[in-house]
Amino acid sequence: MSFALLFEQLLNGLQFGVMLFLMAAGLTLVFGIMNFINLAHGSLYMVGAYLAVAATQWTGSYLLGVFLGLAGTLVVGMIVEVVALRTLYDRDHLDQVLATFGLILFFNELVAIVWGRAALFASGPAWLQGHIDLFTGSRYPLYRAAIILIGLITAIILWYVVTRTRLGMLIRAGASNRTMVAALGINIRLLYTVVFGFGAVLAGLAGLMAGPIYNVQPGMGELILIQVFVVIVIGGIGSIRGALVGAIIVGVVDTLGRAFLKPLLGTLISPPAAESAGPALASMSIYLLMAVVLAFRPQGLFPARGG
Amino acid sequence: MRMRILLWGISILVLLVLPPLVIAIGQPFYLDLTRRIMILAIAAISLNLILGYGGLVSFGHAAYLGIGAYAVGILGFYGITNGWLQWAVAIGASALVALAIGAVSIRTSGIYFIMITLAFTQMLYYLGISVAEFGGDDGMRLKSRSQFPGLVDLGDPVAFYYVALGLMLLSVFVVYRIVNSRFGMVLRASKSNEARSRAIGFSPYPHRLAAFVIAGAMCGLAGALYANHTNYITPGLMSWQQSGDIMFMVILGGMASTAGPVLGAFALLLLEDLLAGWTQHWQVILGPLLVLSVIFFRRGLAGMFYKPDA
Repeated sequence: MSFALLFEQLLNGLQFGVMLFLMAAGLTLVFGIMNFINLAHGSLYMVGAYLAVAATQWTGSYLLGVFLGLAGTLVVGMIVEVVALRTLYDRDHLDQVLATFGLILFFNELVAIVWGRAALFASGPAWLQGHIDLFTGSRYPLYRAAIILIGLITAIILWYVVTRTRLGMLIRAGASNRTMVAALGINIRLLYTVVFGFGAVLAGLAGLMAGPIYNVQPGMGELILIQVFVVIVIGGIGSIRGALVGAIIVGVVDTLGRAFLKPLLGTLISPPAAESAGPALASMSIYLLMAVVLAFRPQGLFPARGG
Repeated sequence: MRMRILLWGISILVLLVLPPLVIAIGQPFYLDLTRRIMILAIAAISLNLILGYGGLVSFGHAAYLGIGAYAVGILGFYGITNGWLQWAVAIGASALVALAIGAVSIRTSGIYFIMITLAFTQMLYYLGISVAEFGGDDGMRLKSRSQFPGLVDLGDPVAFYYVALGLMLLSVFVVYRIVNSRFGMVLRASKSNEARSRAIGFSPYPHRLAAFVIAGAMCGLAGALYANHTNYITPGLMSWQQSGDIMFMVILGGMASTAGPVLGAFALLLLEDLLAGWTQHWQVILGPLLVLSVIFFRRGLAGMFYKPDA
């Protein structure tokens, strides 16, 4: 295992990590403020990916496609919030899980009706097709590097909005005491819708960036959603900082596990045994990691204050 | 109370006379469908023990369905087809896994518990996908059904139907006895007020864990039955959709009621069958229906007949 390969896989892990973060940030914000668990967050990721592909084909411009994809996801997210989810904020988590489970069935099937069940081909723009030279001597795809950059920029913007702006102040206040915020004359319903829309856009962004790397197909949202759950359980539910740290940890562990567990096991046990145990262990690694973290810190690494 | 016994009596009678009836009218498909529903009802009954009475919202109950099915499949793969052994292993393995998952998960509560049970089941799902010896993603065909020589032949659809019916009724009875025992009282008390039950000297953790293991074992039996029913096992049995389905059966039927999970299993799966016969995109209709049922139909089907127990 050369250093160049290890470094490249670390970058892949980081790239996966920032995408997990975009999803986790929205989910954890919505949970922190509205005490609402939204399984349909993965559906918004899927909607973002599909809308961006469709809009790019329609307009012929990648940037326009991205913009329309994000705008479309925002609209879909807000409609879902106003029509279905709003009534569920006061219910217990069980009802929220069940209702959003119903929404997932709906969205997956709707997408299958409109675009078919087969995976859709999505490509990045031509100007992101090349490679960049790494200092280790190997080359890294420009598109993946761009994802890392955009993810980190989004994290910084998010940090700025949450800690330095009036909106962020309201969000933090809403997370620590909903009733008090409402009593001070803030339109808490509007705040909920805004935050939900915010989360939807982040999920859509993750989805449309994922398109060219993974498959764009019905059910794609749930694959990542469950990994995002692992992220926020590890990071601590309701904490953006926890979401960032958890996302990077999970992204790196998962990627390195898939890349190196098999050859590594091959040196310890017989290669045929490693052939089957490697992938099995790799796909289980993040869940085992979660179990270990929870055994020591049941509230995650960065427990959010308030509730 | 008399009303309940009457309703139970009528339902059991209907299920008892169903096989000769559907065979007489030449529709053996309904025998198959009802058998499938009853097997999944066992899974729902077991989930109701922890979800309805224990307040543990497990979003990973399909794990035990899968473990039970794989126990039958893997033993069969190595030529062990003795039904008693297969089913005992299915139940034992499910109980052991439930013990491991429960020991970690029950330390947490609320939303953490939901996500963790989901994540652990997902882990087992990926394990099933990546183990190529036992079919991996494609699943594995059973070489033969579980053998109960001299007792019953599961290859006979009618005999298997009555086995499933018997085991379903047994599960209803077992859960009924459990929740009305001293143990069940403590379990329900910790659900309705954890602080008070602690104050009178009961620690919720061991009771919840025990209930979690019992539910897992019972669902493992359902898994063993399901493997025999389809003659085929796939990792899909452990998918999160399957967990969601089982959960919906409990909710639709009415949580913490004796008949709820059975009613829910029949309602959900018959509805699915009805919609699927109508359009291949049935989920686009089922999804919103489920959302509406959560929002407006809060007490479940059992709530229409009588008040839930808890």
